[in-house]
Amino acid sequence: MSTIQDPIPAPAKSMRFGEAALLVVFAALAFLSIIVAAKAYSSAYAFHAYLFAAGSIAAVFAIGNRYMDRPAGATPQLIDGKPNYNFDVVRFGVIAAVVWGVAGFLAGDLAAWQLAFPAFNFETSWLSFGRLRPLHTSAVIFAFGGNVLIATSFYVVQRTSHARLAGDLAPWFVVLGYNFFIVIAGTGYLLGITQSKEYAEPEWYADLWLTVVWVTYLLVFVATIWKRREPHIYVANWFYLAFIITIAMLHLGNNVTIPVSLFSDKSYIYWSGVQDAMFQWWYGHNAVGFFLTAGFLAIMYYFIPKRAERPVYSYRLSIVHFWALIFIYIWAGPHHLHYTALPDWAQTLGMTFSVILWMPSWGGMINGLMTLSGAWDKLRTDPVIRMMVVSVAFYGMSTFEGPMMAVKAVNSLSHYTEWTVGHVHSGALGWVAYISFGAIYCLVPWLWNKPQMYSVKAIAWHFWISTLGIVLYISSMWVAGIMQGLMWRAYTSLGFLEYSFIETVEAVHPLYVIRATGGLLFVTGGLIMAWNVWKTITMPQAVAEQKLALAPAE
Amino acid sequence: MSTTENSHQGRLDTVTGVRTTGHEWDGIEELNNPLPRWWLWVWYACIVWSIAYWIMYPAWPLISTATPGLLGWNSRSAVSQQIDDLRALRAESTAKLADASLQQIEDTPALLTLARAQGRVAFADNCAPCHGQGGGGAVGFPNLNDDDWLWGGSLDQIYQTISYGIRSGDDQAHVGNMPAFGRDGILTRPEISAVAGYVRTLSGLDKPGADYAKGKEVFLANCAACHGPEGKGNQEVGAPNLTDNIWLYGPDKATIEYAVTNGRGNVMPAWHGRLDPTTVKVLTVYVHSLGGGR
Repeated sequence: MSTIQDPIPAPAKSMRFGEAALLVVFAALAFLSIIVAAKAYSSAYAFHAYLFAAGSIAAVFAIGNRYMDRPAGATPQLIDGKPNYNFDVVRFGVIAAVVWGVAGFLAGDLAAWQLAFPAFNFETSWLSFGRLRPLHTSAVIFAFGGNVLIATSFYVVQRTSHARLAGDLAPWFVVLGYNFFIVIAGTGYLLGITQSKEYAEPEWYADLWLTVVWVTYLLVFVATIWKRREPHIYVANWFYLAFIITIAMLHLGNNVTIPVSLFSDKSYIYWSGVQDAMFQWWYGHNAVGFFLTAGFLAIMYYFIPKRAERPVYSYRLSIVHFWALIFIYIWAGPHHLHYTALPDWAQTLGMTFSVILWMPSWGGMINGLMTLSGAWDKLRTDPVIRMMVVSVAFYGMSTFEGPMMAVKAVNSLSHYTEWTVGHVHSGALGWVAYISFGAIYCLVPWLWNKPQMYSVKAIAWHFWISTLGIVLYISSMWVAGIMQGLMWRAYTSLGFLEYSFIETVEAVHPLYVIRATGGLLFVTGGLIMAWNVWKTITMPQAVAEQKLALAPAE
Repeated sequence: MSTTENSHQGRLDTVTGVRTTGHEWDGIEELNNPLPRWWLWVWYACIVWSIAYWIMYPAWPLISTATPGLLGWNSRSAVSQQIDDLRALRAESTAKLADASLQQIEDTPALLTLARAQGRVAFADNCAPCHGQGGGGAVGFPNLNDDDWLWGGSLDQIYQTISYGIRSGDDQAHVGNMPAFGRDGILTRPEISAVAGYVRTLSGLDKPGADYAKGKEVFLANCAACHGPEGKGNQEVGAPNLTDNIWLYGPDKATIEYAVTNGRGNVMPAWHGRLDPTTVKVLTVYVHSLGGGR
């Protein structure tokens, strides 16, 4: 921990090892990409190779420019005895999250309208439902959610470790490299490149790139914890660490593919048959468990106590539910494969571990809600707290619904119906998005040194509009799903099916329209947030102070 | 879980009366509350239930098999049992339908009710994608509710059509195409225009115009062989009746000209082999009973 403040003569500037190594690596990658682009079997793959080339060349210039501009010495870890936090990468991640969030919500709502009215595919393969659906899921989970997780984790680990983020270029490599992966994945879906594994659609070259980025992320995070200036590791960081390590493991396990050629985007998975299905849902379910649950619980554990200015309810509960959650979640994947070729014993374990998981999941809810003890009045006065508390309530609801749907008797009704879609969205819109919105509304004023968001009223509007949207969405999907399940299994007294499949499709149509309308309200809320974030960042300091002075006393 | 062991370390939180653990990160503290009792007991209950389930059902993998569970249940035999139960429920009625002829089914009210109930579902799952719910038809796919038949509307004729299809490639399928008179250079554009106009007059859509004589001449020379000299059609070759104002592709002149120019020949699949004979039978009775059966 050295502070460089004394006006001693600066040492001669020389290139750091990391800078030099990255320059060489990116130059080599650019060269390789151009060769691949020239020899690619398909134009879509050539396009991606050119993107890699362009990105690599841009990286070479960026690193070179940065070297020319930066001071000669090492970046100070402390300034005036306070950590010299690296918030630039956090700012980038926050803006990326807002942009990708709005894009992902829009893609989802278009897909919802397509289900109600297929003409919304506009007769183009690019916007066909099969391509739009993974674009939506990846945009909201990995682009929006991923950027929120990376940005908040880089913020929280610095603040709670009282130390500057480890690494010089590495944090930038993580945020930019991750977003480059998003661009490759998203454009790939639109061009029809997919390995057809749900939530793991990107092909082998995108997976390899993500692996490098993710390992760097892990190293930056661990190294920052390593050099912390606090005796203990805060609970949020345990959750972030579990999220980062497990996602790395899942990503590697589910993407063991053999490319057809260096010059082809196509690859084939090493696992086959039911083993592949099991790997897929071990991955898929734990993407929910460790990306969308553990990661966002980490956000909750920092932002709720921080915003409410109250201590976390129970340290013991946080320990017990953390370890229980991460040990049990990993078993629950087979409940996605009930009544399939998966052996019965695996189905049993998937179901029972899902039920055992209920209380460990609720540990997070209890700790989130009870932290508000003594600060419940803030629900009335602070729309950000309201958003985060409702988020935890949705978390509790969907983590009860999940184990219930994992029970085979319930699953035989709910599986393959819209109920599953409703369940996912009560978690995704209610829990993941709301805790993210809460974190973004906290972070933007902190990061850009503003006393508060540009419009507190707009936060309240965002809350109410999107809450109405969520209610429409999940209630319509409950009705649609249970109706589908009952219609599919209805037999006449003569022993023949009561309904044809097409009759069940006709029956859910009005509910599809309600769902898409709910989605539209949610998108509207997202746009209000994007506007508010933009106005806050660009707000002149004088205006900010004036707003604060004019704010009514509450 | 008492709070005494650490309580001397932390600050007393005046709001809740509980001590903190004494740690602090970026202003965040943690209270030293015990695990909620109800939470712990519900969790234990879930674990106990799961252990009981493991004992009763297949659960833990061994080297080449798994623990079978005391109930001896497995999903394969459960499915077989359900299918057997359904077969048993249907057995009586299916046997009656299998033994009866098409005419007997139609003449016996009890069998007819049974056949229509089964036929409605079989139709909706297999035929409705083209012929529409209830057999209303679509462009290129005949309406099955009217009495206009391309290949015949008797029970036997419908059975034949469903079993082997139309231009399906099956040996016994209905064959016969509308030739592409224009594309193959048999008729010129003015002749096609004239004959299309003539066809419209057959069902009274237009009054005879200037081209009428020419159109009639072309029709008699080229079309009458299949559609008949009066345009009444011929079910032997699937040639539609052109005088009843029922249109498979549409009545406008451009659509008729397109048919004469490029021909027509849509395909219906053969269902024998894909559906069991009794299902084809009940479909026949169902379609025959829709309103247009002969």
